[in-house]
Amino acid sequence: MGHGQQCGFDLMSIPSGSAWIDKSASGMARYNLFRGVNWGRLGVIAVPGLWLGIFFFIPFLVVFKISLSESAIAVPPYSAMLEWDLEEAYATFKLNFGNYIYLFEDTFYLDAYISSVKIASVSTLITLIVGFPIAYLIARSKPSMRVVLLSLVILPFWTSFLLRVYAWMGFLKKNGIVNEFLLSTGIIDQPLIMLQTDFAVYIGIVYTYLPFMILPLYTALEKMDLTLLEAAEDLGSRPYQSFFLVTLPLAVPGIIAGCLLVFIPAVGEFVIPSLLGGSDTLMIGRVLWDEFFLNRDWPMASAVAIVMLVVLVLPVMLIRNAQGKEEVHS
Amino acid sequence: MKRRSLFLTITASMGFIFLYAPIIALIVYSFNKSKLVTVWGGWSLKWYSELFKNQQIIDAALVSLKIALVSASLAVVLGTMAGFVLSRMGRFRGKMILSGWITAPLIMPEVITGLSLLLLFVAMEGMFGWPAGRGTGTIIIAHTTFCMAYVAVIVQSRLASMDETLEEAAMDLGAKPSTLFFLVTLPLIAPALISGWLLSFTLSLDDLVIASFVSGPGNSTLPMVIFSKVRLGVTPEVNALATIMIAIVAIGVLVAMYQMRRQTKLTSE
Repeated sequence: MGHGQQCGFDLMSIPSGSAWIDKSASGMARYNLFRGVNWGRLGVIAVPGLWLGIFFFIPFLVVFKISLSESAIAVPPYSAMLEWDLEEAYATFKLNFGNYIYLFEDTFYLDAYISSVKIASVSTLITLIVGFPIAYLIARSKPSMRVVLLSLVILPFWTSFLLRVYAWMGFLKKNGIVNEFLLSTGIIDQPLIMLQTDFAVYIGIVYTYLPFMILPLYTALEKMDLTLLEAAEDLGSRPYQSFFLVTLPLAVPGIIAGCLLVFIPAVGEFVIPSLLGGSDTLMIGRVLWDEFFLNRDWPMASAVAIVMLVVLVLPVMLIRNAQGKEEVHS
Repeated sequence: MKRRSLFLTITASMGFIFLYAPIIALIVYSFNKSKLVTVWGGWSLKWYSELFKNQQIIDAALVSLKIALVSASLAVVLGTMAGFVLSRMGRFRGKMILSGWITAPLIMPEVITGLSLLLLFVAMEGMFGWPAGRGTGTIIIAHTTFCMAYVAVIVQSRLASMDETLEEAAMDLGAKPSTLFFLVTLPLIAPALISGWLLSFTLSLDDLVIASFVSGPGNSTLPMVIFSKVRLGVTPEVNALATIMIAIVAIGVLVAMYQMRRQTKLTSE
């Protein structure tokens, strides 16, 4: 099997969601024959485990700790939670919930969370509408053509994300290509303001994450049994009826996987709103960035991150897990 | 039936135009003589020569390449171990936690990953004096951490779809676990490792958010330099840079596509 082919299949196996299913329970424990204390085995488990524990899990505890401390003009810019006074031999332990209280009192943050969810959901829906015909076309074309079309979908995904967002700046700005074209054809008589609006953010998200939607949709549509459509036609179903009553329900797993893959990165997006959005485009990723880099308020940025984790990331993880389990059962 | 397929072709073609129009415009305008990005002033390679004279961009590109090479390689080693542990090592204590940690970086917003790693590095420096300051080293650690998750998922799905009989045969013939791994399993999953490495390399080369959090002064990566330039507006030099990067990727994908096409033709004949 050639590398190229493997590349293609692996790229598709990421979004399909099946990789998260734990398949090892089915008696695959060949390496498990050496029972007792097996240092080799322990080492192989411990190395990636320790790495992720130190560099992925513990950082969240640190973020949580710092979110409970006070902002201070110091290096690093926060106050210590636990202070030892050696002369008096006592320790002061300070917990500061001020950041969280402020987070809920100031509607700015709440608005930013809501606006992120809104922007991410709307653009996920648009991505689905744009991506479905493409995925459908690919799934119904000849096998050799499929490879070409799939590569065309994947190609932009391998090029720099930052540069693809940047490409839209040249496209959408006041004297940009879209405006020049519309002006020259006489459709409009003065340039439209598109860059630095929410509209540009929607375009940016749809554009960036379209491959993430198309690949799982394609996987679902390609698996579909075409004789079902013939049966529907024989029974007198019109094409649009077959589409809504047969094709669409069968594509639901792909739709869910695709929507999650678009919604998850979109909701915490920083680059797209800051390059394409206006100063009034509120997204929580950008708020966290500004809190950290502009205000240098590390505890507040940490509190924003913790709330984001609990409100936005955890529910998505739970949905994903539930979906994975369903796939195992079916 | 005929009318619907026409409708399908039109909407899908519009989708492909949407995917490619901005990229094509970017490439065309990188050869534009005029400094005004949208006014066409004739063909020219001016911006390419400007680009290669820009020491800041070249330095940043070298920093980024170094980070991407090291972190992709580390990520492949650690990710393969993780993917292997999860799909071939049976049950062990903490397996649920490990598999959670493996998939979580994939859905974690970049701003959170970046912030949490920076705060960890600062706390560690305060406690043990390591890492002393931030720079290439801390960026490599950060990139390795999120790239290894992608590698682990790719390796895991490859192992899951793989026939186990070869491994069983090797076991029956008395191969030790290490021999079995290096002589049988590893060659079988090599294609997955290659795509995992390429994906990690691309992700590392492309990352702006996490690198911005964990980098130190004087260690700007290429995306950080590009971001600070384009934030102020469209610049022709960046168009030239983008064209070069897109060309490299396009050649790679075209070669892969050609191979795949030949494979599908061979198998269908």
